[in-house]
Amino acid sequence: MERSDCAIEVSGLTKRYGALTALDGVSFRVGRGELFGLIGPDGAGKTTLFRLIATLLTPDAGTASVDGFDIGRDARRIRARVGYMPGRFSLYPDLSVGENLDFFASLFGVRIADHSDLIAPIYRQIEPFRRRRAGKLSGGMKQKLALCCALIHRPSVLLLDEPTTGVDAVSRSEFWDMLSELRTKGISMLVSTPYMDEAQRCGRIALCDKGRVLAVDTPAGTAARFDGALYALSGPDMYGLLLAARAAHGVRECYPFGAVHHLIPGRGFSAERFVAELAGKGFRNAELRPAEAGIEDVFIRLMRHE
Amino acid sequence: MIMRGFMSFVRKETLHILRDPRTMLIVLLMPVIQVLLFGFAMSTEVTDVRVAVVAPHRTEGVRQAVRRIAANPCFTLRGYVDGTQIDAVLRSGEADAVAVFAADYDRRMNALELGEAAGEAVQLVFDASNTNTASAGAGYLQSVLTADVRSGPLPETRLLYNPQMKSSYNFVPGIMGMIFMLICAMMTSVSIVREKETGTMEVLLVSPVRPLRIVAAKMVPYFLLSCFNLATIPLLARCVLEVPLSGNLAGIACLSLLYLLLALAFGLLISTFADKQATALLISGMLLLMPVVMLSGLAFPIENMPRILRVVSCAVPTRWYIEAVRKLMIEGLPFAAVMKEVAILAAMTAVLTAAAIRKFNDKLE
Amino acid sequence: MNDPILSVRELSKKFGGFTAVDRISFDVARGEIFGFLGANGAGKTTAMRMLCGLSYPTSGSGTVAGCDVMRESERIKRRIGYMSQRFSLYDDLTVLENIRLYGGIYGLSRRRILRRAVEILRRLDFRSESRTLVGALPLGWKQKLAFSVATLHRPELVFLDEPTGGVDPITRRQFWELIYEAAAGGTTVFVTTHYMDEAEYCSRVSVMVDGRIRALGTPAALKKQYAVATMDEVFRTLARGAKRSE
Repeated sequence: MERSDCAIEVSGLTKRYGALTALDGVSFRVGRGELFGLIGPDGAGKTTLFRLIATLLTPDAGTASVDGFDIGRDARRIRARVGYMPGRFSLYPDLSVGENLDFFASLFGVRIADHSDLIAPIYRQIEPFRRRRAGKLSGGMKQKLALCCALIHRPSVLLLDEPTTGVDAVSRSEFWDMLSELRTKGISMLVSTPYMDEAQRCGRIALCDKGRVLAVDTPAGTAARFDGALYALSGPDMYGLLLAARAAHGVRECYPFGAVHHLIPGRGFSAERFVAELAGKGFRNAELRPAEAGIEDVFIRLMRHE
Repeated sequence: MIMRGFMSFVRKETLHILRDPRTMLIVLLMPVIQVLLFGFAMSTEVTDVRVAVVAPHRTEGVRQAVRRIAANPCFTLRGYVDGTQIDAVLRSGEADAVAVFAADYDRRMNALELGEAAGEAVQLVFDASNTNTASAGAGYLQSVLTADVRSGPLPETRLLYNPQMKSSYNFVPGIMGMIFMLICAMMTSVSIVREKETGTMEVLLVSPVRPLRIVAAKMVPYFLLSCFNLATIPLLARCVLEVPLSGNLAGIACLSLLYLLLALAFGLLISTFADKQATALLISGMLLLMPVVMLSGLAFPIENMPRILRVVSCAVPTRWYIEAVRKLMIEGLPFAAVMKEVAILAAMTAVLTAAAIRKFNDKLE
Repeated sequence: MNDPILSVRELSKKFGGFTAVDRISFDVARGEIFGFLGANGAGKTTAMRMLCGLSYPTSGSGTVAGCDVMRESERIKRRIGYMSQRFSLYDDLTVLENIRLYGGIYGLSRRRILRRAVEILRRLDFRSESRTLVGALPLGWKQKLAFSVATLHRPELVFLDEPTGGVDPITRRQFWELIYEAAAGGTTVFVTTHYMDEAEYCSRVSVMVDGRIRALGTPAALKKQYAVATMDEVFRTLARGAKRSE
């Protein structure tokens, strides 16, 4: 990717708070018009990274740029072209939906009507609640309003820090639909989330943990990084099964994965022998079949290797 | 466009205040309650001092003096007692003070009036368990007794401007000093820090609006609220407590505006230190309110403080403000008389503003 | 169901004219892991507060851990464990101090507190961290410790309100193993979550929509009923029909 094509470029970015290294030499590039996901748990350094890119913090080492503008030298230029939605609900709960929108519009010296094509699809959903106090909206609606406010000045880059945390599965899915829609309008997006299942909605993702980026790839590419065999184990008494599987011969790892357990075989593992061994322990109806690894499996493996 | 952005900011801040009726009520009612509280309940003024009289010979002169005591609304005459009962009357609490007339009172008074040397004509014995009443009452009683002595070496204390030592006179400037500090510094700092706490400050900082404009817009509504108080407190004092507002109202207003700016700068400075509303409240409460109440002369006279505290009190802006308002409001002096205080306050404002702007940056660190 | 640990009938909660919880009825069996799902605003939190004795139902009846929900809210609180994502431990106290504090709150004897503390520290592999301030622990550790503290007094029933928010995938699984273990030991677990894969871990789940329980059953049965492959789809099918999106 040429540098000029980059919406965001981060290179060796490091940030320390006293003894704690919140961000440790992070590098990646977000292409123009790309929907880039930062996937990782709390404490991965996602929020710090957003604040650095939004020029709210100064890095201890490394550089970053937005649309070619350096976060150190051109902070003001960057601030004019990014839309930023911090992790916490960052609107005024005591102001109504309409008052919040009007305020943010005037903050950027624009009118809501100016960019109606951009925010209209989202605004339509919250318009019925225009007079309601923002603090009284549900989690999903709050996020929609916050997104509207972040888009009000037609930013070229959108920074969304955990926009779906604490939001139910349906609203989350709707929110990602909106982001996909925005992508078609040429807006570059950096989105963080602790939910692994949301990684599928991104063009490319960076898996992060403890201030480091473990891997950067497309969702499919990330999942494909899982080398070796993987099995799905299921049966009655899932907890007993989990303990029995771990104790069984040749099993390297076994962990719950939704409706099944994922089993990573070690040296000398044989599926037939394993099923027989379980049956000997009383798990006669256990079912073992090959499984396809997901992003979460890759994440777990990368975390273990650290 | 800049003005439009600024005004929408002010509008938003105003909405915050209006949407929080409890806080608004406190801000608007607190001054009223405090004025009344200080004016009536917590007064150190001379009211209802019960005076017993010891007079070996009740001559016409003595009776005249006693009538003057009886006629004064501040004193209640408890009648004549025997010279041996002074201690008993005071101890039992029947009287707060005893006026002991000399046996040759008339002669001594005449001599005094003629400018001749003579012993004391009246001795005042006070129950000093309440020092405030004692010292204030003694002074006033003395002035009542010697009202017709125009000259002479009789040591007399003239209590000018506030002869009854009505404490509300002194409290009005004090309350103004405290209220403005509270509203401007505390409310401003809390409202800035609240935005930090809820995360909205992040969004504001990332917007093209200059941070200092954000802060300035925040100050406007509190400034206006204070101006409202600036009008109501003296008005209340005048109408309810009957404090004579002699003097230079324009001067008082100018002085107060300067002091408001100082308090706002203080609030801004606090907001740069605190990152939680509770911290901001604690800092403004402990660091601001305590010295303001204790060291500004609001609660305790500065002259009575130990030397070290008197020095410290010089650093408390409220002290200078109160002193200046007293001069203007109570003594009715011209504005030129408070130039020293104005200069000190202006310097403090400049230093605080500079410090606050220096510390306030557009980053989160 | 024989002798359910939790049983409510027609439980409702109204705030003025708004019915947050609308006549819900269900049972939770002893030793079950019961998943309590619902969209934002479906009335989940309100329902849970009533079951924990934190708020009075407007109408209905029921028992929680043998106590009447209408009359014995104080007794309920003593018999259950509760852990929420927002608040559970004091950051400025050490691990051991937190355990002691909660032991004291639940009226455990000193000896019992000590014994449980040793058990917990060993189970979580925290022995070297017993004197660490909780605030200095990683989030995942805190959550695990919070769960152990919520079950310190060995309650028959423990309520977990979104216990795994923001936790990494490994710790999330470790957390669920703690839940499995507690359930295997006889503790009933009542849990809310936004992670639909976690819904699959539950013995049974209920889905609340617009203040009512719209679906209730084992994950397998629900998936079969709605002819879908995952709980995520079950949930979306149900919640999409919600009128009360707010």
